[in-house]
Formats: sequence, C-alpha cells, structure tokens
Amino acid sequence: MAALALAAVAIAQPPGGVVRPENEGSLRPLELGAQLFAANCASCHGPRGQGVYPPPFQHGASGIKGAGPSLLGVGALAVDFYVRTGYMPLGDPTREPHTNRDLWNARERRALVAYVASLSKGPPVPHPDPAAGRLAEGLQLFTERCSGCHQVAGEGGVVTGARVPPIQHVAPQEIAEAVRTGPFVMPAFSQKDISDGQLNSIIAYVRSVGRHDSGGWGIGHVGPIPEGMVTWFVAVVVLIAVCVVLGTRLKAR
Amino acid sequence: MRRRSETVVAMLLFACAGCAIAFVVFYAIDRLGRNTQVMGLALGGALIFLAVALMVTAARLVVSEELEHDYPEPEHPEEQQAIEQVVAESGDRLTRKRLLKTAAGLAGGAVGAALVVPAASLGPVVSSAPLYDTPWRRGLRLVDDKGRPWRALDIEPKNFYTAYPEGADRDLIGSPLVVIRLDPAELHLPADRAGWAPQGILAYSKVCTHAACAIALFRTPKFEPTQPRPALVCPCHYSTFDPSRAGEVIAGPAGRALPQLPLYVDPAGVLRAAGNFSGPVGPSWSGVRSGKAT
Amino acid sequence: MVRRAVRWLDERSGAAPFLKGVLRYVFPDHWSFLLGEVALYAFIVLVATGVYLTLFFEPSLSKTVYHGPYVPLQGVEMTDAYRSVLDISFQVKAGLLIRQTHHWAANVFVAAIVVHLLRIFFTGAFRKPRDLTYLIGLAMLMLTLLEGYLGYSMVDDLLSGMGLAIGYSVALSAPVVGGALGRLIWGAPYPGDPAFESRMYIAHVFVFPIIIGTLIALHLTLVASRHHTQFRRPGRQSGRKVLGVPMFPGQAPRSLGLMAAVAGVLFLLGGLVQINPIWLWGPYHVGLGTNGAQPDWYLGWLIGALRLIPHFDVTIGNYTLVPNPFWGGMLFPLFVFFILAVWPWAERRFTRDRSFHNVLDRPRDAPWRTALGAGVLTFVLLVFFVGSADRAFVSYQIDYNTQIWIYRVLCLVLPPLVTWLTLRICRGLQRADEIEHDREEAEGESAAAAA
Repeated sequence: MAALALAAVAIAQPPGGVVRPENEGSLRPLELGAQLFAANCASCHGPRGQGVYPPPFQHGASGIKGAGPSLLGVGALAVDFYVRTGYMPLGDPTREPHTNRDLWNARERRALVAYVASLSKGPPVPHPDPAAGRLAEGLQLFTERCSGCHQVAGEGGVVTGARVPPIQHVAPQEIAEAVRTGPFVMPAFSQKDISDGQLNSIIAYVRSVGRHDSGGWGIGHVGPIPEGMVTWFVAVVVLIAVCVVLGTRLKAR
Repeated sequence: MRRRSETVVAMLLFACAGCAIAFVVFYAIDRLGRNTQVMGLALGGALIFLAVALMVTAARLVVSEELEHDYPEPEHPEEQQAIEQVVAESGDRLTRKRLLKTAAGLAGGAVGAALVVPAASLGPVVSSAPLYDTPWRRGLRLVDDKGRPWRALDIEPKNFYTAYPEGADRDLIGSPLVVIRLDPAELHLPADRAGWAPQGILAYSKVCTHAACAIALFRTPKFEPTQPRPALVCPCHYSTFDPSRAGEVIAGPAGRALPQLPLYVDPAGVLRAAGNFSGPVGPSWSGVRSGKAT
Repeated sequence: MVRRAVRWLDERSGAAPFLKGVLRYVFPDHWSFLLGEVALYAFIVLVATGVYLTLFFEPSLSKTVYHGPYVPLQGVEMTDAYRSVLDISFQVKAGLLIRQTHHWAANVFVAAIVVHLLRIFFTGAFRKPRDLTYLIGLAMLMLTLLEGYLGYSMVDDLLSGMGLAIGYSVALSAPVVGGALGRLIWGAPYPGDPAFESRMYIAHVFVFPIIIGTLIALHLTLVASRHHTQFRRPGRQSGRKVLGVPMFPGQAPRSLGLMAAVAGVLFLLGGLVQINPIWLWGPYHVGLGTNGAQPDWYLGWLIGALRLIPHFDVTIGNYTLVPNPFWGGMLFPLFVFFILAVWPWAERRFTRDRSFHNVLDRPRDAPWRTALGAGVLTFVLLVFFVGSADRAFVSYQIDYNTQIWIYRVLCLVLPPLVTWLTLRICRGLQRADEIEHDREEAEGESAAAAA
C-alpha cells in the first residue's frame, strides 16, 4: 500500500524532483524564492505568475508540458499550502496532486511564499485557533459542507475523477489553508461563507474525531466495511475454530 | 489425567465466576460501569472461561462413546392411507358436494380478502400523483437551514450552497436545493430555460434521481483547461451531473437528469423560485417522465 | 433429587418417554454440523440483548434538542429515536456494551447462516426428505436480512437514513407498481409518514422475531424428526443407521460450550471493537450526505449491484418503465434466492434422483453441484466486493471507474471459469480417491493371497 502511494507520487512529480540553486544557503529569501520559482514553477505558472492558458502548452524544463492558473492574488495563503503539502510542483497538470512533505524544506517554503506574495496582494497565511472553536458547531458545518467528499469522520472519500484524502491528522493551519483555497477540485470557502470563528470550530471538530472511541477499537470510523471484515476475519474464524476443536474431522477414506 | 482435567475445569469455573462477579461490582462503580471495554472484558471473559470449561468437560470428563440409532421410517404408508380414507369418507352424507364446495370456496375467499383489505389503510395505494409534489412555488424565497434568505451576492463562484423553501418542511424530498454560481458564458441550457439562471446562479434539486441520496459533492476545478469540469456528484453510487448542461448525467448509474429550479433575483437581492422544477424530483419510479413536478 | 424432579414432571405432563428419547438422541460428529448451532446461539444473544434495548429505545420521530454528555452534539436538533440511542450509548450503564453486542450478534448471525448454508449446499443435505427444512432455512435467511436492515435503520442516523432512502428508491423502481409500493410501505412520499418509524419498530422487535422464532422451532423439529444427516462411514449402513454422540451427557457440554463461546465472543467484540458509532454520523436529514456510506455487510451485495449496473432507465417514449435501481436492488437478490430455492427440485429433475438421502456427499462426489455452486458463489462475491470499490480507491489508490469496469468484465468471465475449474478439481479428486481405493483393495488381496 505504501509502495503504491509512493509510485503515485512519483508520477505526479516532475522528473528529478525539485530543482534547487547550488548556493541556496547564501541567497536571501526573496532571491531564493525567485530562483526556485523560475526553476520549478514558471513553466506552468508563467515567469511572473500570470498563468499559462493552453492551447498551446508551454514546454518547460525536463520536457514538462506547462499549463497552470495565474498566481496573482492568491497570496501567501495558497502558496504556503501548496508548498507545505508538496502538491506543487506538479509534473503533469492534468493529474491530481499528491502529498509529499519532504519535497521542500521550511526555508525554501518561506522563500517561495515571500516571492509569490510580492508579485501581488493576496490573503496572508492564516493562524487558526481551534481551541476557540465549538465542537457542536464544527460537526454541523462539517456535515453540511465537507462530509460529502471527506466522509463525516474525515476519513476521506471518492469524487468522480479525484481521491479525497483523509484529514483527521492534518495540521490546523493546513486545514484552514485548504478550506480557503480549495485545492484541485475542492470548493473554496471564503470568509463570507465560513467565518474565521466557524473555521476554528470545523478544525476543532476534525482534529477531535476519532481521538477517543467510546466503543473500543475504532476500526477506521467508516462503518460497515471494516465491521464486516471483523465479522468474517475475526468472529467467524474464531467460531469455526471452536467448532473444529469441538467436532471431529473427516478422515480420508 | 482425569483428576488434572477436573482441576482445570474447576479452576476455569472459578475464573468464570470471578469475571462475572467483577462485572457486577464494576457495574456498581460509576466510572467503571460506564467503561464499555472493561465491562465487555468482564462479561465476555466470564463466558469464555465457561466455554473452555465446558469444552474440556466434553473432551475429557464425560463419556462420549458413540451410539448407533436407526434412521426413522421414510414414510408411513398405512397411516397415510388411513388419513386419506377418513377424509374421503367424511363426505359420505353429502348429496350435493359440488354445490357445498363452491359455496365454501367462495366464503373462504371472500373472508380472506375482507381480512386483508384493511392493510390498504397503511397508505394510499392507487395513485402516484403525490410523488410529483414539491413545496416549491413561484415567489418562494430560498433560505438556509437556519431560515435566513439567500441573496444573490452570497452565492460565490467555486463554492456550493444548500437552500430550502421558506416556511416548508426541510426534510421533504422536494425541498433541498444545491445552489452554485457558474460563468454565464459557460452555460449550455436548453432554450426553454433561458433566464432560469440569473447571473449564472443555478439551482438544482439536491436529491439524486437514482436512489435519493443527497448530492453533497461539488467537483470544483480551479483551472478548467486541465482539470475535470464542474460537476454535482452523489456520494452513494457516484452519479455525476453536469450543472452547465441542465443537470445531464455524465457518469454513474442515474437514468434521469437532475431537475432544475428556475430562479430570479427580487428587488431586495434575495433569490426566489420562478416556478417549479423542470421535472419530477427524487428517485425515478415507473411512469415518472410522463409527469411534471407540481 | 433428579428422580423427584423427573417424577414431578412426568406425572404432570407424561413427558418422560419424550425426554428419554431426547436424552438419547444421537448427534453425528463432525465439526461442520455445529455451524447451524452457532447461528442459533447468536439468535439467542440477539433476543436477550434486544429485549434490554427495547426498554430504552424510543421509536419516535418527534424533534428534540440534545443536552447529554456527548459534546459535539450538544444543542443539536434531532429526533427522539436518535437521542434515545445516544442516551443508551452514553448514559445507560453497560448500554453501549449491550448495543454493540446486539449489532455484532446481528452481523455474526447472518454470517453463521451463510456458512451453514454453504455447508448444507455443498454436502447435498437439502435433498429429500430435507428440502422443506432447507426452504425454511432460506426463508429465515431472507427474513434476517430484512430484520437487520430494519434494526439499524430505526436509529435515524445519517448513515442508516441514507440507506432507507436507497431502500425507498429500490421499492419505487419495481416496474409498474413501484410508485404504489413505495408509498404503501412508507405511508407517504419519502421520508414518509411519521408512523413509519413505529412500523419499523414493531416489525423489528415483535413481528419478525416471532416469525423467525417459529421458523427456527419448525426447522429444528424437522431436523430432529427426520434425524441429522451424516457422512458415509466405510463398511456400515450409513443410510440406515446413524452413529453419533448422545445428547446427554456427551453432546450437551459441547453444545453448551459452543453457546458460551458464541456469547463470549460476541460480548468481547461488543466491549472491545466499536460498531456503528452513530454519534459520529449525526442525525439524518434529507439534504445531508456523507461519502463512504455503506449498508451492513449482508446488504453489501446490493450496493455493489447498484453501482455495477450501467446507467440506463428502460423507457418507452416519455414513460419510464423500469428505473435503474430495479436490476441491482430488486431483481438480482430475488434471482439469487430463486436459484437457491429451486435448486433441490432442479437437482432432482436433472439427476432423476428422487430417492431419500440420509448420507451426505463430500463436495467432490457431486461435481456438477459443487462446480455450479462455486460459480454462483463467485458471481455473488464479485458483486459484493464492488460495494467496497470506493474505499479501495481511497486506501489503495486504484481508480474507481477502472475498478467498476474490471468488475463488470470479471462478473461475466470469472464465474464460468471457476465452474469449469471446480469441475476439473472435483473429477481429479474423485479419480485420486478411486485410485487410492483400488490400491488398498489390491494390497488387501495380495496380503490375503500371501497368507
């Protein structure tokens, strides 16, 4: 399973991973950001982040077919999200992005965020406060707006053409960023729709689900599929074993 | 060896008793009584010890030699014949058997039918007309689940909203709507729905036409050239509907397009229904297409 | 003391001869003959835990606001039914244990019936004179599927509410009569008359248990009166005389031990493994949905079928004749049960064997039955697995639509393949048996000749 996940990630990343300048350590953040951007992002987002709208596709480094939305106005919020998760750079723009947290280090991330934010005004990196949220409000909002894709306990799901990841263990800041920016085919919920206070509640709820299962082993919080597996692979197996011990077996004639 | 088995069984039975007593004691202690795992281990443990004790008893302590027994007679021809004869002779005194049989059959059938008929009180059977009912009427405001009206400027692009008819029961199949805003230039609605989507705001029934689940997914691309197009998706069997093309089914098992509700924006900026749905709401039934939403 | 009790009973009922027969009733000894008992004991646990639950459950759809100890639902509007189950789970001592044990028992009950059915089928135990017993068993299987569905749907949580909506759609999809059928059962268009909740309740706690209990009694009486089948015993008249362990004292500790084991396993599961955490799903509303909603495992074959059938409604012009859910939700299960019900008769007809059978077949001894049974089972299992294709996508990243297409092909290709393969394996095993038998005979003859 881990191997499959790694293989999928490898397809989504550009061949050769991230291109970094050799004198990385000595560059100032904005300079570093500009260089990383030019080497890894410009093929799809344009040299000044104005976007590349096919046709035609722009052909970039390592034979990448470049196409991507404009980054003007996305702000530090979106860049921090996509870089932190490793969703970007995306090797094939038609593919779903995959998580790779080892792709960029913190310094590189801050550099990229500073650079793209400098290109135009946009929303800053959010600082949610889940402790100020209310669990009951979080459950209601999450069920109405999010559970259709993410499953009511945040265990992830399916939408036609995309895989929705589980989110119970995602950091609060990342949840906040995802909600506001709407990665890939996720809707983007603005502050007018989900206020910062409501977002705190949602984050508090998501992080609390499955932390304490009153019924025992939570078996994935998705209901009947793992329950059926326990029924057959635990209960039926044990009870058949008891029957075998109690009864005789047929000897070969 | 038998003595050892006896000791083992005795020990197991004591362990069983211990667990069962523990269960009772824990029940009395508030904190433990509410701990499902502890209580389960106590009661389950008691039963497992009992089970093992009985299994050891069966294997070692009781005589379990096998006995032979005859299989029962396959049938009893004499008795069968006797029954047949008794029944045949019972009608000896009757002179008009056919008349009586017909009358009895009629009586039995009629009483049986009469007894079954009250089952119709369970629900009106005959007409499917009520299945077309929805609470929507021209002029009704769209409200959220707290009853606050939706204004056109609340509906932002790249997001989806749930709306209900003001004053109606939210939990009727005809009530919930999913409302989204698309670029008017991207819409391909049929000619008779011109004006149904003011400013590109579309409202569709939120109940899937396949098997009545709520359509709670909106696939929202951020970059149309390379990402899948916007779609309303149902989480049960993944029926996928295209909101820019009048809710037509583009994937999944649904057999009927999603019904669209025409909208208009009133002078206060609030969204209102401009009429009833384009077609019947909810899962399909025989004959559904031949009617309209009412 | 035993003598006094027996005498007391015999004087008042004349039951001593009957009891003597019961005590000396012999049980042929094979582990697979105990599977039916596992189901029986699961049923007993169901009734015992179920009675307890009825004392606390409120089958009412009246709206209320929750103020109990579970924080994420405080202040939330919900029905009394849902709230009463939250209270059972969080307020009643050992309530969650009993509730979870009840639900595990339901899952294990159906699983045990299925395993028992497989044993009955593949050993030919359903043959005359036990075809009536078999049909009663089949009827019980169908009833328990419905009974379980009603049981977890009464709770009015999001997951089971979605399941009820789907059930409504399947009822509606019956050709011609669907609209009327849906409205008859629900009393009104979905979500139906408020009385629907109490109808589910009375069906689940009273009507169905009585019917199932009666059928169990009939089933066991028939098993005892025609006596249990047995496997062939070399050199003995296996068809005339049954060899086994008498009920008392030999079999009794085994059966009681099995009962305690079943109950023990169920209570351990009920305490240690969470099942149906309805507080995570929240209350049901028509306008809410969650990804990954599934029915309990024994209905998984139906969700698989609903997802597998390609998208089409059968229409004539502007008239819908057959909506899509009919094929997977109604026709498919009815077809499978039809095959099962008609099998004893069909086998009698095709093998022209109308005689009595007290001796069981080993699966290899009835190659066609085993092969065809394996083929049908493969088909049902494949459809069953389709139901979990979405979670397979989430966990293993195999594209969902690709899975559906692969399953469609497999459903057509794999069952005939399995049938053919099983036939060959059975025939191969039979030949091996014959060779072994001939070899032993030859050895016996040569030993006798040498002596």
